[in-house]
Amino acid sequence: MTAALSRPQPPAADGREAVRCERVTVRFTTERGTVTALENIDLAIPSGAFLTLLGPSGCGKSTLLRVMADLIDPTGGTISVMGDVPAKARLNREIGFVFQDAALLPWRNVLDNVTLPLEVGGGKALPGARSAQELLGLVGLAGWETAYPHELSGGMRQRVAIARALISGPRLLLMDEPFGALDEITRDRLNEELLEVWQSTGTTIVFVTHSIYEAAFLGQKVLLLAARPGRVRELVPVTLPTPRRLAMRETPEFVALAGHLRRVLESC
Amino acid sequence: MANQAEPLTMAGAFVEDAEAQARFLGRKRYLAWRRRLLPVIAVVLFLLAWWQAVEQFDIKPFIAPSPVAVAHVLIDRFDVLMANLLPTAIEAVLGFLLGNFAAISLATAFVWRKTMEEALFPIAVMINTIPVVAKAPILVLLLGNGMEPKIAIAAIICFFPTLVNMTRGLRDVRPEQLELMRILSATPREVFLRIRVPNALPYLFSALKIAASTAVIGAIVGEWIGSTKGIGALIIQSTYNFDSPLLYATIVVGSTFSALFFGVVTFAEGRMLRWNVTHNA
Repeated sequence: MTAALSRPQPPAADGREAVRCERVTVRFTTERGTVTALENIDLAIPSGAFLTLLGPSGCGKSTLLRVMADLIDPTGGTISVMGDVPAKARLNREIGFVFQDAALLPWRNVLDNVTLPLEVGGGKALPGARSAQELLGLVGLAGWETAYPHELSGGMRQRVAIARALISGPRLLLMDEPFGALDEITRDRLNEELLEVWQSTGTTIVFVTHSIYEAAFLGQKVLLLAARPGRVRELVPVTLPTPRRLAMRETPEFVALAGHLRRVLESC
Repeated sequence: MANQAEPLTMAGAFVEDAEAQARFLGRKRYLAWRRRLLPVIAVVLFLLAWWQAVEQFDIKPFIAPSPVAVAHVLIDRFDVLMANLLPTAIEAVLGFLLGNFAAISLATAFVWRKTMEEALFPIAVMINTIPVVAKAPILVLLLGNGMEPKIAIAAIICFFPTLVNMTRGLRDVRPEQLELMRILSATPREVFLRIRVPNALPYLFSALKIAASTAVIGAIVGEWIGSTKGIGALIIQSTYNFDSPLLYATIVVGSTFSALFFGVVTFAEGRMLRWNVTHNA
């Protein structure tokens, strides 16, 4: 992590809130009836924080992330992102999103995938835009500009997706199980590197995962969600020192934390 | 992410070994030549068998000509064959362009407004069910005896596969790609040009490859009805005159043109769809 970023960063914790949810409820109506995906979610994420969302499948983790990204309108309650409605934050390009399967455009090479956000939705005039070359260096893909997605490994594709999400200089980065489909060795490495990206960009990160270790290792806090209906079970602070290293997962503190998360999950 | 331990470059994995390299390249060359020569050998053997069969069983030329007689016609009457190929080629290419342009436009309209598809798609299916031999006289009555009805038949024959494939290609976009564009606040026009159109290209080229051959067939069938020039007309004339060497030579010319047309479309596909994994595989 040596690359200096062109965008002046806001202080990591400026006391403001990146996201605030008040009694957010989401219901989906299908042929078989109405499903409550999220019920009365109250949540405040301070600016510059790294929050992981952990829960069993069907607990609404991805739905909550999509409400923050203005992809889903909540059925009830209010949500604000960067002090405004999510649509405003989206239009201001305050939000970066990383999908589980990278969602790269196969007909574009690495560089053109990374710069896509600057081509659409008025991205040309974006004041906070970063340099694609710097970002590719940041995610360890310098020299791969002209490769096509099918020539890359799963881990490399996610690196491209992260660079693409960061290029518009968003203050909120939403990640939906981004490393879920990767092998464990690649996942470990990307976990460590993601923390470095977070440190150097000062971006608020909300990270959805179904891995207890990933949630505990990455987050400053872990939000545990219970399923059917999706609701907040517990907000667990992580007191591990920074910078975090993979070996930390063998310390008694980490093991105790993971054990606690596991027990809560089992009772969900 | 300065951690470079992941093998981001494969350079270190290769070791110089001239002998193994030479063996590998030699094997590759052998396989390439084998792939080219095998069909040529098969065709030559087939022609020899045909020629011998005609000679040995003393088959009358008007029933089945020997390949030698066909080759003679191909050389001696090359100018006649080419003079008749020209109108057919023009009709097929214009019909191909017109039919595919119309199909792509309508597919765009279908994706833009679902209502359009619901209203118009049944009509397209109905037209597609009419046999070409029935469409041809209708179009000759409508459009006269010139090139127009032949172009129209070639166009109609290209239209349907492209319409179906293009509509599917424009519509079958991965949901995450649309979510991404939404997060980027992209306009519907940007979504169409940057996601839907490139996504539809592999589907489009599948249809265009079918259309390249069928457009020629359409033009030829069109020439069967009230035409004095063209590959189709020549087929009819030589059949009525029991001039089977000319008939066979005409078919060879028509098929060669069809194959060339197919080759051009395949070449264009290769150039435009370098990114497509299924195509590269």
